[in-house]
Amino acid sequence: MDFTLNEEQQMFKDTCASLADDMLAPKAGEWDQGHIYPTEAVATMAEMGLMGVAIPDAEGGTGADNLTYAITMEEISRGCASCGVIMSVNNSLYCDPVHRFARPEQRAEWLAPYASGEKLGAFALTEPGNGSDAAAMRTTAELEGDEYVLNGTKAWITNAYEADAFIVFATTDRSAGHRAVSAFLVATGTPGLSLGKKEDKLGIRASSTAQMFFENCRIPAVNLLGEIGEGFKVAMGTLDGGRIGIAAQALGIAEAAFRAARDYSLERKTFGKPIAEHQAIAFKLADMATRIEVARLLTHQAAQLKDAKADYGKASAMAKLAAAETAMWVTTQAIQVFGGNGYVTEYPVERHFRDAKITEIYEGTSEVQRIVIARAVLEEALR
Amino acid sequence: MNFELSDEQQMLVDMARQFAAQTVAPGAEHRDQTSSFPSDLIGPLAEQGFLGMLVPESDGGSEMGYVNYALALAEIAQACASTAVTMAVNNLTASAIATYASEGLRAEVLPSLCDGRDGKVGAFALSEPHCGSDAAALKTRAERDGEDYILNGSKQWITNGAFASWVLVMARTGEGSRGISAFAVPGDAPGLIIGPEEKKMGLKGSNTVPLTLENVRVPARYRVGDEGIGFQIAMNALDGGRIGIGSQALGIGRAALREAARYMEERKAFGKPLNRHQALQFMVADIGTDLEATRLLMLKAASLRDQGKPMTQEASMCKVYASEACCRAVDSALQIHGGYGYVQDYAIERLYRDARVTRIYEGTSEIQRVVISRNVLKGAS
Repeated sequence: MDFTLNEEQQMFKDTCASLADDMLAPKAGEWDQGHIYPTEAVATMAEMGLMGVAIPDAEGGTGADNLTYAITMEEISRGCASCGVIMSVNNSLYCDPVHRFARPEQRAEWLAPYASGEKLGAFALTEPGNGSDAAAMRTTAELEGDEYVLNGTKAWITNAYEADAFIVFATTDRSAGHRAVSAFLVATGTPGLSLGKKEDKLGIRASSTAQMFFENCRIPAVNLLGEIGEGFKVAMGTLDGGRIGIAAQALGIAEAAFRAARDYSLERKTFGKPIAEHQAIAFKLADMATRIEVARLLTHQAAQLKDAKADYGKASAMAKLAAAETAMWVTTQAIQVFGGNGYVTEYPVERHFRDAKITEIYEGTSEVQRIVIARAVLEEALR
Repeated sequence: MNFELSDEQQMLVDMARQFAAQTVAPGAEHRDQTSSFPSDLIGPLAEQGFLGMLVPESDGGSEMGYVNYALALAEIAQACASTAVTMAVNNLTASAIATYASEGLRAEVLPSLCDGRDGKVGAFALSEPHCGSDAAALKTRAERDGEDYILNGSKQWITNGAFASWVLVMARTGEGSRGISAFAVPGDAPGLIIGPEEKKMGLKGSNTVPLTLENVRVPARYRVGDEGIGFQIAMNALDGGRIGIGSQALGIGRAALREAARYMEERKAFGKPLNRHQALQFMVADIGTDLEATRLLMLKAASLRDQGKPMTQEASMCKVYASEACCRAVDSALQIHGGYGYVQDYAIERLYRDARVTRIYEGTSEIQRVVISRNVLKGAS
């Protein structure tokens, strides 16, 4: 048992912390207000090896472990939660499943440039009528000769406007439930693929989110990712890992709000002393710090279990649930510490609050995490 | 970073779990109902090496360290929270003496604390009727008289007090927090008066009494460490003790979860077992997540302590989170039982009562928050 970071992990943490403090945090408010995609920041993140952190060197990635991924995700998200989700989608939702399922001849085209950050990937699972219930898929894929023809609509696709490629899930038989779902690699610009308008979101506004429309969109049959009918397996395995990324993003948001509240509480005075010296505020800070520590331990444990190739489904669900709810709670408290100043865009905590909310929703809502956890916990308790 | 237990640690957990299930659990309900101290378990606990886990082998302990201690204590607490606190206070007292006492005093005191001789254990006397969390305000005095000290004062909430072979007493030899010294006082010292047992709402199998010291004369060699470091000894002991209470809370929480899971399997409502109702499943998910969080906080604090690193903040986080998570767990688990949770036919009723004190003793939740907030404010840029 050992709770310390190794040298490489510490180095990544420090480097990302500097990037977050120097380049991301100072601009995050502007990007948020203007819905501006942080092109330059993403390029820098790519140069630093942050777009394929846990993908092996030989495949174009950085070759670090999943714990390092979680640590870097937290630091980047502390600076800018939108940068965090852009990074998370490329790492967890695109590169990770492509790395696990792509055939050798697919890897040079569909993995290496994405793991290096030269190109950006996205993940298209959710539809307007189904999110957490992925087995209710409506988008269809029909084999015609050596092509698949895709028809349907995908919703809430992060990175939709900037992505060069998508993993798209579609069913070959709507009546067959999740067993008929397969995963496909689709390049941006493929005829028959179009994007809806950018969603006007509450938070993470520097990242793009849009619907995708497939109208007789033809892709080469060799773009199948994994086996036919394996899509559900691809998706579920991906989400287990993705939850670590979102947990880390939530942690970063919570940490940013906590630090802002802590520093503000030492400056702002009421009744003749800094508000940090009023127990009502000091105790909030204590609880923020404790809950962040809890979420961090759960997140790091999930990442470490993934690195150890152990079963980490329950651990990542717990990490995602705890971190997301911590982020929401901490950011709410942070606004309270700031009072009126917390309610205006001059200070960053209202953005943290808006950014936090999505972590309770995407990559499996808190309710879905609780279903996963309850199943595992009930079984263990009776063992 | 590595969160996994070593083979050795896993073996200890398995051994403790088996011991707890076979030896500790069977009498737990009886001890609660009759407020009986687990005298008959002291010997068996000692045989397992569970009384001197934080004491070096050279002083008669099993020297297993805090991680193992926390793991074992959680297993004992899952079976019986009263036995767990009895064990915890003994370990805490023994650890403080092992860390600070002279070689001669260690040789005199520690073997009996580690082997649970005559079914007796160690006790730790810091709180007084007028001060608990604000320990530096204590009034008990120790006055030097030639080769002896004479102790006078009142101590309150002394766990194991009526069954103590030795009591570690904090008493004033000067002014302020630097004027406190620690003394090992034999449990049968003349003038050490054991007051009436407290009628507690929970942990009824553990013993809690006030102690009055009336001209208790102890030789100067019974002073633990130098004069004036008593407060330091107490605070250091409490850092370690907080891991113990975190561990106890984890054990109680786990017991509540198990009771809830069992009940949810057998009881039906609206044509299906309770475990198929989402509202209750979600309660279980939250208990499970809270307990996993508790376990990690506990292991981190314990691991830092074993490495001799600073862990005051981690110990406080562990204690406050564990105890509050435990209280949420027993509350949800009782709710799951409905009316049956409110009567003594089911163990959850006892667990609910046992849980409550974890938010109070060894530093209330409020004190932990004071400690944590001070620490985090120090980290401000």
